[in-house]
Amino acid sequence: MLAENKYQELINAATISGVANLQVREENGVLFIDGEAPSGAVKDMLWSVYDKLDPNFLSGDLVMNVNVSSSVPVTKAKVTTERSNLNIRKGPGTDQAIIGKAAHHEIVTVVSQTSEQWWLIRTKEGEEGYAYAQYLTPEAE
Amino acid sequence: MKRQFTPMLLVAITALAISFTACKSKPKDADIKVAVETALAADPMAAGMTVSVEKGVATLSGECKDELCKASCEKIAKGVKGVESIINNCTIAAPPPPPPVATTDATVLEQGLMDALKDQAGLKGSLVNGKIVLTGEIAKAKWVMVKQMLDKLKSAGYDLTGLKIK
Repeated sequence: MLAENKYQELINAATISGVANLQVREENGVLFIDGEAPSGAVKDMLWSVYDKLDPNFLSGDLVMNVNVSSSVPVTKAKVTTERSNLNIRKGPGTDQAIIGKAAHHEIVTVVSQTSEQWWLIRTKEGEEGYAYAQYLTPEAE
Repeated sequence: MKRQFTPMLLVAITALAISFTACKSKPKDADIKVAVETALAADPMAAGMTVSVEKGVATLSGECKDELCKASCEKIAKGVKGVESIINNCTIAAPPPPPPVATTDATVLEQGLMDALKDQAGLKGSLVNGKIVLTGEIAKAKWVMVKQMLDKLKSAGYDLTGLKIK
């Protein structure tokens, strides 16, 4: 229960801000928080509370898998890499062959959110394949 | 004559006394019901239960969240004056859905770790007993992103003693 006490403020914040399907469990001194945040702003807020309670997230005693609710399907996303192009791969995984690239800041069509890590996308040139979801930011229609 | 009279009187007095006390110490079912309800309401775990009392037998019903709660309701009701026995008809609520468990599939975890660290040249990652072990240096802004990605992998936790944030 030690980790739960340490992160009580974070759990409270998640409850108050309307995180759906919130599940908190502790196993071998590691706290697992799962749920669906109603918005990106709530997710960011939770990560800043986490950073406050455990500076730089270095204790390694919390796994927070709170994602923005997928109840609203994403159809368009912007490629938000640092500078480079985003690889489009044959399958979901960096071991899969690169079959195309999406330009930095290009708007692509999200065909399906295959997993939390990999989305199936289509570029305006018609190239279709899997891209790493962390580099894709949902766009309003 | 005189010798026979005394025991008879004694028996009569005793009988009278017994019937008096029996009457006095037996609270009405309605009063018992109120008392049990008050006692249950005082305990947050037992609150919300329904009680009915007939001839000192208290019947408890309603939904408890677990066995402990059910037992505790019964114990509270038993402690109320006038309750002779309990019929515990409390039901147990269906358990909440089990929390997602840490993935045991090491290959899935390994692939996810590789994917997340692909663009982070300064970081080295490995898996030890389902925990993600990271070493190296990374800028804070990138680390937040990487940690968010890694937290989706359902590992057993982290060992970050060898990690430095620039």
